[in-house]
Amino acid sequence: MSEPTKTNEALVSVDGVEKVFRRGSEEIHVLHELNLKVPAGEFLALMGPSGSGKSTLLNLIGGLDRPTRGSVSVGGERLDGLSERVLAAWRARHIGFVFQLYNLMPTLNAERNVELPLLLTHLSKAERRKHVAAALEVVGLSHRAKHYPNTLSGGEQQRVGIARGIVTDPTLLLCDEPTGDLDRKAGDGILDLLQALNRQHGKTIIMVTHDPHASARASRTVHLDKGQLGDEPVT
Amino acid sequence: MKFFPLIWSNLKRKKLRTFLTLLSILVAFVLFGLLSAIKEALTGGISMAGANRLVVQHKVSLILLLPESYKARMERIPGVELATHQTWFGGIYQDPKNFFMQNPVVPDEFLSMYPEFILSAEQKKAWHETRTGAIVGRKTADKFHWKIGDKVPIQTPIWSQKDGSSTWTFDIVGIFDGKEKSTDTSSLFFRYDYFDEAHRGDRGQVGWYTVRVKDPKTSAEVAKLINKEFENSMAEVKAEPEAAMAQEWANQLGDIGLITTSILGAVFFTILLVTGNTMAQAVRERTGELGVLKAIGFTNGQVVAFVLAESCLIAVIGGVLGLGLAWLIASSGDPTGGMLPMFFIPRSALILGLGFSAVLGLATGFFPALQAMRLQVAVAIRRM
Repeated sequence: MSEPTKTNEALVSVDGVEKVFRRGSEEIHVLHELNLKVPAGEFLALMGPSGSGKSTLLNLIGGLDRPTRGSVSVGGERLDGLSERVLAAWRARHIGFVFQLYNLMPTLNAERNVELPLLLTHLSKAERRKHVAAALEVVGLSHRAKHYPNTLSGGEQQRVGIARGIVTDPTLLLCDEPTGDLDRKAGDGILDLLQALNRQHGKTIIMVTHDPHASARASRTVHLDKGQLGDEPVT
Repeated sequence: MKFFPLIWSNLKRKKLRTFLTLLSILVAFVLFGLLSAIKEALTGGISMAGANRLVVQHKVSLILLLPESYKARMERIPGVELATHQTWFGGIYQDPKNFFMQNPVVPDEFLSMYPEFILSAEQKKAWHETRTGAIVGRKTADKFHWKIGDKVPIQTPIWSQKDGSSTWTFDIVGIFDGKEKSTDTSSLFFRYDYFDEAHRGDRGQVGWYTVRVKDPKTSAEVAKLINKEFENSMAEVKAEPEAAMAQEWANQLGDIGLITTSILGAVFFTILLVTGNTMAQAVRERTGELGVLKAIGFTNGQVVAFVLAESCLIAVIGGVLGLGLAWLIASSGDPTGGMLPMFFIPRSALILGLGFSAVLGLATGFFPALQAMRLQVAVAIRRM
């Protein structure tokens, strides 16, 4: 459909975004006139209580949903004008997702799960294997490549989820409560990994969390409450 | 092909459910295959019938005989190229269950009339030289392990020999094959001159005539001329195209096409509901996973293709296995012991069956695919 509009903003630019959900005749305003800039290479933590709109904002930045008003740009591309098909291709190229409940395919082993985003590329089987091996190596799970999700611990499953998120070397890694379902030790391991991806590999990461311990690992934390951004203390 | 492991893995998700769905499709296609074979066996004669052949029988009933002298008169009728006759012998080999047709014929005329029966020149010669010689179709020869040189006793309740014996012994001098797979090779034919001389009763009587016309387009006209030729004679005749006679015989059993279509329609509709419901359930269970696929960049079209590919895969596997099993059953031969000599699944039915299986897959996957396409990603990924 339409070609992306090029701008010279930060890597992620959220401008005057409003999001309204409709439940019957009732309108629920989840985000209000929200503005946010995320420069490339930042590890940003989005904090806030349940229902504050954190995940909704993450979905908008990841192109999974569209704002009611305002615009979202990533890497200079405005997402609101893209068709579903173009947006899907854009997500495949630029976004890596990490979910709270890992969201792995239970019928595929670890390496097949990690390979999924690469199926959308033109890479050969051998090249896909190489990329999968590299991603599993980064998350420290090479030895569990053939294991199915139900034979992996929660921490290991989340590492597979992260490997799937980074295997295409996306522009942006979006993590929705990545430690929310893990105990402290496993959660720390995941945070160490995300921090390493940010510091050593230069990945730009936006992480939704309600855990101050997790947000402490980020380079910046913003607070969202009732659909509006609060103070942005630099940590 | 790179997406195949993803599609295949979904079939392994609930093995029992996949197995039972496969089984229901398999049973439907076994039924489809066997009904096709039965339909072919009952109506195959119609398509096999020569377009240029007429059958001439006694006007009152097929069981009444006609004079052999009619042959010469028929051949004088304009448009007739050749006339030959056969007579129902009604014999039994060892057991009444071993049913196959045995008719006395005039060898040269008969083989000329039915070029679909392939007999070697050497065996033809042997038939000419052996008065008690008989040729038998490959199917029956194989069934009873008969070979050339065997003496075969056939008992008939209709025709006694002059010495009162009802057992006729024939020398097998030839085994003929069919030109097409659908050619009936279950019959035995022996020499009319031997039969006419050896049986008790009037000479020069035959069962019915087969007449070859010079131009198939004139069949109806020639049939009228034949009927007219024997009007007011002591044995009036009824001439009609061979296909019409076969159709009449098939119609005695009812409209076979309608019966088989009705049964198959009911079976396939049931399978459609069962499989469609299973597919819809499978998609509902995977809402979260389909959401993840969309989140990581799979398009709606690709997700639809996955669901359709999955339903088609299961339907085609079930269809192929079902048709294969039906083919194996049909290959083991006529289950009635001779009443359905052309019992086989025609290739056209196999191709149609495969087509049905693909259509079944598309039809059962259509609504679940639509359901998957309409999933909102942000909502779906929360349903893991």
